[in-house]
Amino acid sequence: MNEHYTLNVNGAEHEVADAWLGESLLYVLRERLGLSAAKGACEQGECGSCSVLVDRELVCSCLVLAASAIGRAITTVEGLEPSGGLTDVQTAYLEAGAVQCGFCTPGLIMATHDLLDRVPRPSEMQIREELSGNVCRCTGYGRIIDAVQQVAVARSQVES
Amino acid sequence: MIPAAFDYVRAENAEQAISLIGEHGDEAKFLAGGHSLLPLMKLRLAQPTVLIDIGRLTDLSYVRDAGDHIAIGALTRHMDVENSPVLHEHAPLLAHAASHVGDPQVRHRGTIGGSIAHADPASDLPATTLAMGATYVAQGPNGTREIAAADFYEGFLTTALAADEILTEIRVPKMNGAGWSFQKFNRRAQDWAIVGVAAWRSNGDSGVALVNMGSVPILASSVSSALSGGASVADAAEQAAAEADPQPDLNASAEYRVHLAKVLTRRALDAASG
Ligand SMILES: Cc1cc2nc3c(=O)[nH]c(=O)nc-3n(C[C@H](O)[C@H](O)[C@H](O)COP(=O)(O)OP(=O)(O)OC[C@H]3O[C@@H](n4cnc5c(N)ncnc54)[C@H](O)[C@@H]3O)c2cc1C
Repeated sequence: MNEHYTLNVNGAEHEVADAWLGESLLYVLRERLGLSAAKGACEQGECGSCSVLVDRELVCSCLVLAASAIGRAITTVEGLEPSGGLTDVQTAYLEAGAVQCGFCTPGLIMATHDLLDRVPRPSEMQIREELSGNVCRCTGYGRIIDAVQQVAVARSQVES
Repeated sequence: MIPAAFDYVRAENAEQAISLIGEHGDEAKFLAGGHSLLPLMKLRLAQPTVLIDIGRLTDLSYVRDAGDHIAIGALTRHMDVENSPVLHEHAPLLAHAASHVGDPQVRHRGTIGGSIAHADPASDLPATTLAMGATYVAQGPNGTREIAAADFYEGFLTTALAADEILTEIRVPKMNGAGWSFQKFNRRAQDWAIVGVAAWRSNGDSGVALVNMGSVPILASSVSSALSGGASVADAAEQAAAEADPQPDLNASAEYRVHLAKVLTRRALDAASG
């Protein structure tokens, strides 16, 4: 029951050879494609550290079968800045001290990019609501919210 | 946390899904959003040997105005229920309850049909559609049939769906301006309900159902009878647990759940009457 298939990750087609179709998207990203940004923690869809975009929607890749993602556009942290540098969101997380142990950070970076792409100037309540699927055990969230707000302000200043 | 091995097949339409499940029998399960089934499989609490992926049946993802009711395709995801303008206009209670399911990641994948077919008494949408007097549509090898929500939930995670039937549509009556409220009591905003109450009220009529107050979602008919008999909201709410059979768990004792059900029912009815 092993199969060959391709996944579109970060704009490129990736061959997955001789793999069981029952593997989670998270497992395939990390173990077969070597994309280790998305993290495996709870494996139950609770913590959000495995968050990626599938067709521009934020999902927990631990609860999506890779087979269900065939033919869809998958985006991970590795694909946010094709040059390999840091995005404004990543820089803001560093500057605001929103990163401590770092395990939740890739999921939160994906969630923050997704949020700010849809809602350029979110209120604090909106930030809390939208990031509620991403659990952080270190920071207490205050600096994460600061980082999101910093990016929102900086982006709006660039525009005006 | 890796599930036991299974075969994966993707269904292209409802008919094919039904014939595949007929072929594979009891060992097979439909996979919709996977947000109830995959966690259980990873814990090995479920071990189907075949998964029939119905997640791409996009023709079963819709919200339509059907005259006296709103028809919702079983594969409609929570996020699309939450944001549906048709539901906001005609059945706002359901759209609002969907916005309380889990967190954004969960609402992007989980489907209304999966939630109802799974029939977890702690889930928000089974009880909400029960309070609204919904009808569910099931399709099997011999055609389709309608099942009233009140007849659907038979026991813990057990429904009136036959093994070879697929849930295709959820029909909720239009609310026609009725007052409504959804009260979800939990300790963190994105958690499951410790107890929840969905209620609506219009002239002499009302519907109240309870989340996590027994092995199935509970229709609190005694509350509605009391209201139609002229009881005050406070008195009617005292009947909230009359049909319930709450179980204790880490979050709450059975007694505390009964207390919560009464308080939340009173709050819901006050809001729905306002
Ligand atoms: C972290 C987390 C938090 C959550 N929090 C909440 C919450 O607060 N409130 C809440 O209500 N829910 C919550 N959920 C559950 C979520 O709503 C699920 O998505 C939903 O219960 C199941 O829908 P699904 O599409 O994912 O179904 P699946 O997991 O794919 O399927 C569930 C079951 O239903 C069957 N099935 C699915 N679709 C059909 C169909 N059309 N016909 C026949 N059988 C079918 C499957 O075979 C399976 O047995 C949470 C889930 C997670 C992972």
